[in-house]
Amino acid sequence: MKSPHDLIRFLLPVAVFAAGLVLWEAIVRAYGIQPYVLPSPFLVLKTLVADWSILSQSLGVTLLTTLEGFVAAAIGGVVLALLFNQSKWLEYSLFPYAVVLQVTPVIAIAPLLLIYLQQQTAVIVCAWIVAFFPVLSNTTLGLNSVDRNLAGLFQLYGASRLKTLLFLKLPAALPYILGGLRIAGGLSLIGAVVAEIAAGSAGAGSGLAFRIAESGYRLNIPRMFAALLLLSLAGIVIYGVLALVSHLLLRRWHESALGKDS
Amino acid sequence: MAEPALSGSGAGSAVRLRAVTKTYDSGVMALGPLDLDVLQGEFISLLGPSGCGKSTALRIIAGLAAPSAGTVELAHHGSERRGSHRIGFVFQEPTLMPWATVRDNVRLPLKLARAPATDAEMRIDAALDQVGLAEFAGAYPRELSGGMKMRVSLARALVTDPDILLMDEPFAALDEITRFRLNNDLLSLWRDLHKTVIFVTHSVFESVYLSQRVIVMTARPGRIGAEFRITSPEPRGEEFRTSAEYAAFCREVSHALAPSYAGQAGA
Repeated sequence: MKSPHDLIRFLLPVAVFAAGLVLWEAIVRAYGIQPYVLPSPFLVLKTLVADWSILSQSLGVTLLTTLEGFVAAAIGGVVLALLFNQSKWLEYSLFPYAVVLQVTPVIAIAPLLLIYLQQQTAVIVCAWIVAFFPVLSNTTLGLNSVDRNLAGLFQLYGASRLKTLLFLKLPAALPYILGGLRIAGGLSLIGAVVAEIAAGSAGAGSGLAFRIAESGYRLNIPRMFAALLLLSLAGIVIYGVLALVSHLLLRRWHESALGKDS
Repeated sequence: MAEPALSGSGAGSAVRLRAVTKTYDSGVMALGPLDLDVLQGEFISLLGPSGCGKSTALRIIAGLAAPSAGTVELAHHGSERRGSHRIGFVFQEPTLMPWATVRDNVRLPLKLARAPATDAEMRIDAALDQVGLAEFAGAYPRELSGGMKMRVSLARALVTDPDILLMDEPFAALDEITRFRLNNDLLSLWRDLHKTVIFVTHSVFESVYLSQRVIVMTARPGRIGAEFRITSPEPRGEEFRTSAEYAAFCREVSHALAPSYAGQAGA
């Protein structure tokens, strides 16, 4: 907090959040709303603590799935973009299918994946399908945004393809790749949740999304809210971590990461 | 003063262009046919309006673009094959890697070479010294002014100790004072290092100030319209810039350049 302005910017949303909670609690109490319709925030918190052993385990499962899907999306997206960049024929042949995968709603694909793949694999594939496209398209954009004259310079000095890739294209594409990864982080969580819900109705599973579905069937609405809260927090943390990594990698040179001090 | 012929004053031809043309895929003829001989150690300017193909000519000499017809010969030097390391290129923009420090930017040509130079660090120091940026080796490009970035670009071109320095309107985007200062520094580097320099510009004043020979190019397709020998002695300095001799040369060259602008709207 460097200035009063920054302090206000931080405090305002916090105040809105607190006011919302108070209003929510007040409404639940004033109208005597039953917990299976709308639990009070206090009850949600209590449930979160009471059910922590179940919920934390589910959180771990979901986070692991998300991480695996994210890593697969990051590697898959960057590698595909690199291959496309090296071979136009490959790009022409495969890119349309990447788009098809992207525009087909994953919730419609998930049940199919669950038929043909083992459940754990299917969930990861789901997260991958949702998350890889932004990495692919952003990396492609980055690789194509190389300064034309810099590329000429590499040509002038007889740089090999590998050196051009390592010393020119990848560094130039890095800000774009990181932008893609930031989107992919949130999307892989969504993919994991979608797959868990689809899998949940098929029987097994113990991720947070499955807990939400299960609690819904049992009218355990406070636990539903508690699980939702954890999912939301997980998404925020994932975004925050990726934004931090991006900032640390770019802060010395890229416009997007330069603070007011420069 | 060197003669235009290859045998002049003992210096060989460094660059020889014969009937070089460039036609774009659209069928537009951008350049030529162009015949050009540049002597070793000579400083020449290609002067012409925008779009006359002077930058294209430079890119063709560098091997960055292929001529549609004609031949380009660069003098062989000892056992060295015609290789990239013999040419240094300075673009209109500094064209630095924003993610790398000044030092790493200057190191680039050495890093890309197939055989890494054993004395790389010494060469980088020397190149940074030559452009007066030794203190800024650890800075990132965004921390530098436009003139300093251009100096880094120049140091990068010099670090391989090339025989030929190709410069494509390098100072066009700089303010006047900075441009004058870089003009003087470039001249003193040229005197010390004995490079062959081909300097593309659209400024009459800059071309006369710097060059031994000014080639005035016609509008598209670019051909040689006129050629001037700037016989004023070296070393030139600020007093040359205000001399009657300089003014006279500028007037002559401007006069020759005028037809290149004829028919252009707003000229």
